[in-house]
Amino acid sequence: MAEKIYDKQNPAFYALLVALVVMAVGPIVMMLTTSLKLNVDIMSDSSSLLFMPTIRNYETALCDFLWYEAPHIDYCDKTFGRALMNSLIIALVSTVLTLVIGCMAAYALVRFRFMGRDTVSLSTLAMRMVPPAVLLVPVFGIWTFQFQIDGTRAGIILVYVAMNLPFVIWILQSFIVQVPIQLEEAARMDGAGPFQVFFLVVLPLIKPGLAAAAIFTFRVAWNEFLLANALADRNSRTVPVTIVNSITEFDIDWGVIMATGMLLAIPPIIFTFVASRQIITGMTAGAVKG
Amino acid sequence: MQTANANRLTPYLFLAPAALVMAVALLYPIGYMIYASFLDWNPSQRIGEAEFVGLKNYIGLLSDAAFRESFFVTLKFAAVVVTLEMVLGVGLALLLDRNIRGMSVLRTLFILPMMIAPIVVGLMWRYMYHPSVGIFNRTLKSLGFEPVPWLSDGSWAFASVVIADVWQWTPFIFILSLAALQSLPQSAMEAARIDGATGWQQIVYIKLPLMMPVLIVTLLLRLIDAFKVLEVILVLTNGGPGLSTEILSLRISRTASEFRELGEAAAMSNYLLILLVILTFAMFAYNKAVEARAARLRKAAEEDL
Repeated sequence: MAEKIYDKQNPAFYALLVALVVMAVGPIVMMLTTSLKLNVDIMSDSSSLLFMPTIRNYETALCDFLWYEAPHIDYCDKTFGRALMNSLIIALVSTVLTLVIGCMAAYALVRFRFMGRDTVSLSTLAMRMVPPAVLLVPVFGIWTFQFQIDGTRAGIILVYVAMNLPFVIWILQSFIVQVPIQLEEAARMDGAGPFQVFFLVVLPLIKPGLAAAAIFTFRVAWNEFLLANALADRNSRTVPVTIVNSITEFDIDWGVIMATGMLLAIPPIIFTFVASRQIITGMTAGAVKG
Repeated sequence: MQTANANRLTPYLFLAPAALVMAVALLYPIGYMIYASFLDWNPSQRIGEAEFVGLKNYIGLLSDAAFRESFFVTLKFAAVVVTLEMVLGVGLALLLDRNIRGMSVLRTLFILPMMIAPIVVGLMWRYMYHPSVGIFNRTLKSLGFEPVPWLSDGSWAFASVVIADVWQWTPFIFILSLAALQSLPQSAMEAARIDGATGWQQIVYIKLPLMMPVLIVTLLLRLIDAFKVLEVILVLTNGGPGLSTEILSLRISRTASEFRELGEAAAMSNYLLILLVILTFAMFAYNKAVEARAARLRKAAEEDL
């Protein structure tokens, strides 16, 4: 392809662009700078840009992962480290489970013509309508009294998988539809069973769809607060829950809390930079193409 | 014979896990919630021990001033937020739909706010709204203005919550409408340009009508999500001061955890769900009506030829 030709724009247009970028990213940058400040610097009246960056707040938050002794920590609060591990395990396991289960269901819906695409889109939308707050009471009741899996990671993972499935099935469907059926028939001719066709032929072809779905599920599971808060006990708390717990305290330690916030924000930020195209595909699929 | 059997069973095998998980962890809870809304139930009881009280929860809520207030706040929040975001998002998309360098970088930066956790968004804004160390009041003070009680005064708090939500979700509408704009047929735009339509005329008569189907879906998705917002408000104001920012989701979670009235919380959830269902169906009906009208017009135009 030859070099793309760009239109020339007037300077006001670029000024607007810069303003928009500052508005979009500014708060995130501010969180980052605050997390690198000492509380003295946060509270001081002087300029907010000139300060000595320090990783102390991160050391405080992650104290049980440190391989060295940080001089300023006299008591190591392990809450955050434990929550980070919980968050990682819960988000990863529920993402993998959702993808595997959702992929199989989407494939069955497309290839074996179970229900029309309309039915699936409609039920996806219907499920999307259900606010997590609505699930709060029943999930709490059932998990505690009937399944007795409250306070476990498995319990939280189960809700997340169920919550994400409709969307994942919906999005993967639109990718599976595009896989030419001839490919599958050829594989079947060569003696592949239905499972082999699925895992060896279809899955590799829908990788972009899988990436989009994976990012969306991971994000929901990683960011969710309400249900995790209702279901988790001391040992299975996730990062969002610990953050909310620490801001309801009277005296907020802004430096440390911004550091924990930043740590919670880093995985989604990385995904955004690595796979923004897939994310945009995932967001626009369905709405734009119908 | 065996393989034929296996082939016939395959679709069910593929669907079974998803169906099972959704039945157990999604449909069953929703049914359970509907049942629980007829009970007088507190969290220390098993559901079997709770007393059946019929419609008492629903009727009680209707005459509960706090619930009505929070229902109203929810509607107001959703309406204000979605209107602002639609106007800003579509406006920006129309403005930035140009052939410029670095558009993909720009889009990447714009989706950042919706990717990070709502809890963190709340945290950042709470820091910025902070009465003494927050950037807004610092800037105001250094410019010689009075500091503003961002989160401690009822109407300011509502505005603050709206601003944070607009910051987080306008990009969603921007991205969707930009995608819609870029998939519009070039021929229509060129024809308009050749006929001498001004920029405004192109937008009003060509671009917006052609984008309409996407815009309606976008509006619907955003509206549904606006009723689900909870974490940002929880972190920013926790519903206060007074009930000024207490949206329904927040009230449900407080009724369940603080007031320990699970039955009432379930009834409230049902009201919220009914509201959402009505809204969705209204939008669908409207969409269908618009499509039908467009089809009729097209047919009429073809007959005229």
